[in-house]
Amino acid sequence: MELLWIFVSACVINNFTLAYFLGLCPFFGVSGRLDTALKMGVANTFVLTITSVCAYLLNTYFLVYVPYLRLISYIFVIASTVQLTEMLIKKMSPVLFKALGIFLPLITTNCAILGLALFQTNREYNFVEGVVFALGAGAGLTLALVIMAGIRRDTELSNVQDLVRGAAMNFFIAGILSMAFMGFAGLFSS
Amino acid sequence: MIQPQPTPNLVLTTAPFLREGTTTPVLMNRVTLATLPIIGFSIYSFGLKALLVLLASVLGCLATEALLNRNRTEPKSLLDGSALLTGVLLGLTLPPAIPLWLAILGGMVAIALGKWVWGGLGSNLFNPALVGRAFLQTSFPTVMTTWTDPFQGWGHIAKPNLALPLMQGAVDGMTAATPLGMAKFDHATTAMDLLFLGKTAGSLGETCAGLLFLCGLWLAYKKVFDWRLPVATLLTAGLFAALLHGFFPQRCVAGPVAMLFSGGLLFGAVFMVTDPVTTPLTKKGMWIFGFGVGSLTLLIRVFGGLPEGVMFSILLMNAVTPLINRYTQPRVFGGAR
Repeated sequence: MELLWIFVSACVINNFTLAYFLGLCPFFGVSGRLDTALKMGVANTFVLTITSVCAYLLNTYFLVYVPYLRLISYIFVIASTVQLTEMLIKKMSPVLFKALGIFLPLITTNCAILGLALFQTNREYNFVEGVVFALGAGAGLTLALVIMAGIRRDTELSNVQDLVRGAAMNFFIAGILSMAFMGFAGLFSS
Repeated sequence: MIQPQPTPNLVLTTAPFLREGTTTPVLMNRVTLATLPIIGFSIYSFGLKALLVLLASVLGCLATEALLNRNRTEPKSLLDGSALLTGVLLGLTLPPAIPLWLAILGGMVAIALGKWVWGGLGSNLFNPALVGRAFLQTSFPTVMTTWTDPFQGWGHIAKPNLALPLMQGAVDGMTAATPLGMAKFDHATTAMDLLFLGKTAGSLGETCAGLLFLCGLWLAYKKVFDWRLPVATLLTAGLFAALLHGFFPQRCVAGPVAMLFSGGLLFGAVFMVTDPVTTPLTKKGMWIFGFGVGSLTLLIRVFGGLPEGVMFSILLMNAVTPLINRYTQPRVFGGAR
């Protein structure tokens, strides 16, 4: 039950993108096409999960002796995980590699990933809780990306005002989406 | 021997065709007409302040529509009745004691952010009136959840109504609780006849369940909207309410009928879920949309932090409507199965 709550909380109630405003770069960057958005979400989930495991192991066996190395070792872990993902995708699907473009290496600087590692440490999640938290956060990112991609596909075909076409319109959409997600605030808390 | 000719299923004829004459203004005006009894009841119930709030939100909508489309030549978007309808619907979802300047602001946001930036009527993906209300609810949560008792006299105006813009309004000593608020925080039920006849506190247009039901029936009879959307919404909500009431009577004190009749569910199902612009185009999609609104509403009402969740549920389902449309496309005739 506790695990389910962690998952739902990370996925919808405290959605990383729409409630914490973390991971906005892929949210705006690769939400132009639905299939790319979905795969970006999966790639992010993959990195999130591995980061969560590594952060937990580091935190338990290494950082207890040198706590001042926390941030730098997390960043190191994230960067190497992204490298790994990049090599995997390049080998397995060159088309997807091209479609994700600069946003694939940019997962390194995706604040959602470092945010996840830090949240997990702050909340003192154990190994399983950390993995569930990462999966929930990944599902939440994917959900936000897919919804955004669906909406953007429609707006690109409609006659959006010239004044706001492009980035400004995406910001408006994200704002309205974020307002809608506020309805989940306090879910299962009482 | 002469074979009898089979009656053709599809009769092809040449022009001129008989036209039904259902244009956008006609549809909009029919919905506006259907809100008239509800407007009348809200004024009867909450007094002069209801009229003022409605006028303020309509003013906000019409002024914004006129200002933003002033350079547009054809067609005149101010006269198609949609901005008026958005204003009326927004006004009917506001609490009676809301400061008038907030009602105007809500109308401006509804038209500007809810409709104009998207490209005007027909291009918006979110219900404009609900975008305006969600903006007010998230920015001014206290004001939007302060309720007043009905039937305080014809000329009654609450002190917060007249608050100056951006100023702390005078606090009215009289506050009330909505049936949903009582169910959530005090675990108290409200008598069914009070809900049906609208003798409870709440937003301007949501209190009288019986009247809303009749207006919905008339609109469905006139085929202004597709009956599937509200029916799917109400059925899902009723079903989940029955289940939750059966299994968790402590959490969900209201039974299915009380759940349907209290709060904005009926109003949302009749006037918001049925918006032809922001809801799915396919029949299967309409059932999915209604199911989503009904179940999310119950999720937020029963397990959420807020007593009411109709607005958020409809906005969330508006957000996934492009995806629903995409995945429920009917098979092209003669195409691959």
